[in-house]
Amino acid sequence: MRSHTSIWLFSGILLLTYGLLIMGTGVWELSHPLPNPPVLYDLHAPIWWGGIMTAAGLFYTIKFRSHH
Amino acid sequence: MSLAMGSAAALAALFQAPVKQSLVQLSGVDIAVIAIYFAMVIYIGFYLKSASNTSEEFFMAGREMTAWIAGLSFVSANLGSLELMGWAGSAYQYGILAVHWYWIGAIPAMLFLGIIMMPFYYISRVNSVPGYLALRFGEGARGLSAVCFAFMTVLMSGINMYSMAIVMKVVLGWNLHFSIWVSSITVAIYVALGGLRSAIYNEVLQFLLIWLGALLIPILGLIEAGGWHNLVLQIQHRFPQQDYTHLWGPLNHFTSNPMGVHWSGIVFGIGFVISFGYWTTDFLVVQRVLSAHNLRAARMAPIIGSAFKMAVPFIVILPGLLALSVLPFHLVPQDVAVASGQHSYNEVLPLMLVRYCGPGLLGLGVTALIAGFMSGMAGNVSAFATVWTYDIYGAFMNKKASDSHYVSMGRWCTFVGVIISVGTAYLVQHAASIMDYVQQLFSFFIAPLFGTVILGMLWKRASKAGGFWGLFAGTASSIGLWLWVRHDPTNIRFMIFQPHASADLINRVQAMSENLYRAMWSWTICVLVTVVVSYMTQPKPESELQGLVYGATKIPEEKDDYWYQRPIVWAGVIGAIFVGLNIIFW
Repeated sequence: MRSHTSIWLFSGILLLTYGLLIMGTGVWELSHPLPNPPVLYDLHAPIWWGGIMTAAGLFYTIKFRSHH
Repeated sequence: MSLAMGSAAALAALFQAPVKQSLVQLSGVDIAVIAIYFAMVIYIGFYLKSASNTSEEFFMAGREMTAWIAGLSFVSANLGSLELMGWAGSAYQYGILAVHWYWIGAIPAMLFLGIIMMPFYYISRVNSVPGYLALRFGEGARGLSAVCFAFMTVLMSGINMYSMAIVMKVVLGWNLHFSIWVSSITVAIYVALGGLRSAIYNEVLQFLLIWLGALLIPILGLIEAGGWHNLVLQIQHRFPQQDYTHLWGPLNHFTSNPMGVHWSGIVFGIGFVISFGYWTTDFLVVQRVLSAHNLRAARMAPIIGSAFKMAVPFIVILPGLLALSVLPFHLVPQDVAVASGQHSYNEVLPLMLVRYCGPGLLGLGVTALIAGFMSGMAGNVSAFATVWTYDIYGAFMNKKASDSHYVSMGRWCTFVGVIISVGTAYLVQHAASIMDYVQQLFSFFIAPLFGTVILGMLWKRASKAGGFWGLFAGTASSIGLWLWVRHDPTNIRFMIFQPHASADLINRVQAMSENLYRAMWSWTICVLVTVVVSYMTQPKPESELQGLVYGATKIPEEKDDYWYQRPIVWAGVIGAIFVGLNIIFW
């Protein structure tokens, strides 16, 4: 069996990238509120959803990078 | 399972309409999210090219996949964008009844595949479902099923592609040709380069994206509605005439539920024939499980897949139900939407996405829809390339070519499959009715194929001639029944055992139940013909049935260190949750 980069590393990198991008957007929106905000905007979903993605992405990237 | 509800044709009607104003305005962050996704899937194709040099690597992913990867890929290949958007729309239209296509229409069949059928597929080391039929019933059965499958797979792929392009046009205002070509070329590149391994890697990634992009809708929706209990009360208040929130209660009669179905159609049509036919014999999904690295992983993959499948209504059906409660306007059927400029049922998922998601999250949601489309198309194309190369070209046209020749054929086949799909997409554009016909054609041969495979696996007496003629008779009867009802729609009353049905009932049943009952009839005819012909002809000697049939095969013992590692334990857990959920939402 050949050694390939794990699919979980690809997933981790993608999650991390998206998480940082979305969380960054959420943080930026704190000082630059949207003119037409979506429903439940005050819950700041991009910040916590992006944060969860960043944490999960970081975990998978580190775990499977070292394994690789 | 493909949509058999006419929503595809309804989507087609959209093409006739001018684009008013796109639902979604993407920001720079959203574009970046989508662009990163495309870059990643193409990179994976190039990265895995070096690992796809032999036919075993290209077509079977080297049989190296773990249970988790094979399981996620198994369920992801089925989770196309049409599936996501169409069923969310159906949930708005029919309520929680749409869940039946995810629970009873999938879970028992997936568990059956893992526990009962997988050992025979896996031990026989076949490369495809037609390959199994070749070993069990000979080249005739293989040829018939391979040609039907290859033909239908690329057509279905084209129809999905067209539907996706329509959605992108309506939701994002994208040009139809742009959507078709960019997405299909991307799929062609990564599948042709990396073969099944690349398709599987991307399917896992796409499954993750679908969940990440869509999961916020039910979470935020439930917060807005004030929880499940309040949601039910609000729906009952807004739509007092219909029961949108019970799974089994309103199924006592065809007219007592918004779908026009009877529980017998759900249980025997969807729950048995169609779902078992699709999940256990459609090579598009079975191919993913055959890539597992050992028998235990191959048995666990459908069980793991079933757990995720059971959860999919949370991101597909629940948004449709939430829309019934929280949207300040009513959605309408597609033809009404086209004429009046209102929003249609099929737009419910994008509408909910726009309702809750701002920049960034919106891009993620749109990426989820694109990912859903690409995973479905890659599944079709990779399965087509395998069946064409192994079961048509390799079996009947060029039996003695080198391994590298077959790999090369597989790569070219991928491109040819994509080109035919694109051609189908354009064909549908000019004749929308083709879309419905092809969807029905697909259901023509799935039900009898299941009859043939299951008798082949469980009944030693089934003979070579019995298998072939059973499959042939089942497929022919399915087409015959379809033509019979096309000729005179009132004939459907005989198929549903209601010879004195009223015109209204026939009309209601037409839309939903025809496929279900036709599937039951064609399966029954397939089984009867197989049994009768088998008793009239010589069976295969038992020595030739080893590894293929229950009772003539020694299933290798699995050495699990702990009881909780056994597939049967997890199948039991999933089965118990499945029963519990049906009772809770009865």
